Amino acid sequence: MSNYFGEIFGGFQSLLVGLGITIKAFFDPVVTLQYPHESLKMTPRFRGHIELVGDDETGESKCIVCGMCQRNCPTGCITMAGEKPEGAKKKVLTSYVLNFTTCSLCGICVESCKFGAIAFSKDYNLASTNKNDFIFDLKKRLGEKS
Amino acid sequence: MSLLQSEPIRVLAFLVGIIAFAALNAAYLVWLERKEAGHMQRRIGPKEVGPFGLLQPIVDGIKLMSKQLFLPKGCDPILFMIAPLMVMVPAIMSFVTIPFSETLVARDINIGLLMIFAFASINVLGLLLGGWGSGNKYAIIAAARTVSQNVAYEIPMLITVIGVVMVYGTLNLNEIVIQQAGGFWHWNVLNLKASLLMPVMFIIFFICTLAETNRAPFDMAEAESELIAGIYTEYPGMGFGVFFMGEYANILIGCALTVILFLGGWQSPFGETFVPGVIWFLLKLYAIVFTVIWIRWTYPRTTFYGLLNLSWKILIPISLVNLILTAAMLKVF
Repeated sequence: MSNYFGEIFGGFQSLLVGLGITIKAFFDPVVTLQYPHESLKMTPRFRGHIELVGDDETGESKCIVCGMCQRNCPTGCITMAGEKPEGAKKKVLTSYVLNFTTCSLCGICVESCKFGAIAFSKDYNLASTNKNDFIFDLKKRLGEKS
Repeated sequence: MSLLQSEPIRVLAFLVGIIAFAALNAAYLVWLERKEAGHMQRRIGPKEVGPFGLLQPIVDGIKLMSKQLFLPKGCDPILFMIAPLMVMVPAIMSFVTIPFSETLVARDINIGLLMIFAFASINVLGLLLGGWGSGNKYAIIAAARTVSQNVAYEIPMLITVIGVVMVYGTLNLNEIVIQQAGGFWHWNVLNLKASLLMPVMFIIFFICTLAETNRAPFDMAEAESELIAGIYTEYPGMGFGVFFMGEYANILIGCALTVILFLGGWQSPFGETFVPGVIWFLLKLYAIVFTVIWIRWTYPRTTFYGLLNLSWKILIPISLVNLILTAAMLKVF
């Protein structure tokens, strides 16, 4: 008999505890992010698609067109070209195109670059219905950035 | 003035008022439910349509109305079409005797309580016919569950109500409220002079209201995880919409009865009279409705055996003990 009433009282008490938890959550601030209207700033180590790093002073690409990234890329999604203008000591980058449709974000290109000329970007809103939107002209992008 | 007070106009005004009240509440209780659920899960809930998502129920209604009323293969067309009405109409009929304030009551009849319970039991029949008429196995299982659940919970509910009726000696809801006048310590829930177990009776009545209206944690009739949508599985568009409105109207009736029988109806909690009774009534009503939704978003669904055990092993014995105690105390004092 005491067990019967003990169960009722114990059960009822636990129900009240449950109600307490939900009402506390009800008055607590909202934690969700209203995504299309607001979005999070990406963390520094987020690995998006690659981008070219500009020189701090000139804003030009640090790339010396050695081609290591292109050669190391397992899927061959980097296409680059460079030329040596007359009188200049180093090669200058003329085009750097990333085909993001085949890129697997492995990051070997970033690791293989000895000059710190490429880095991961923080872009993540990349959805599109057009395949051509994923052919990134990274040199143009660097120019727009600086 | 005399025209306004004439009988046909009065009936028409109450008819329109009650239907508008029931429909508006059905729409906006859905909004309240989604908002409250959202905040209890620390989200916002509906927010895109209108300010604070306030136009969401209207958009939902338009969507439901624009859908085709499709009869599933193998259904019983007459029962299938009639069932939503059998849930909705009794719920609206029950509003006739609910006293919103001392004077704001459509028909102040002296068997109001009996009438509400008579209509409330039609609601079960509507759900049963809906499940049967759908010709769908999930709907039939849900219908069987609903009936056994409602039969099990009508007993403790009625026994509790008998106790209340014994204390007040009347079935007239307005009369019951008038007898609870003079501050919250005169409300029935604290009426320890009549029965020491009155607060327990209030809790039993409230639990039974939840079970009768098929609300979580007793929503066996609409157990999404196992029965798709239970009885509503086959219902398209406004067939489902009417069921849904009926369900919310039933919740309102249940909460209104809880307020009237135990929380002093339209009486003010402090005994003063300058605030109109209808405001106190609606405040209490929505506080109870809030609690009903709060409970839904707190507890998981009970098992079916747990549900019946709760009724037959706990609620019915305790309410019977309480009935005897009330009778004894009425005789002695």
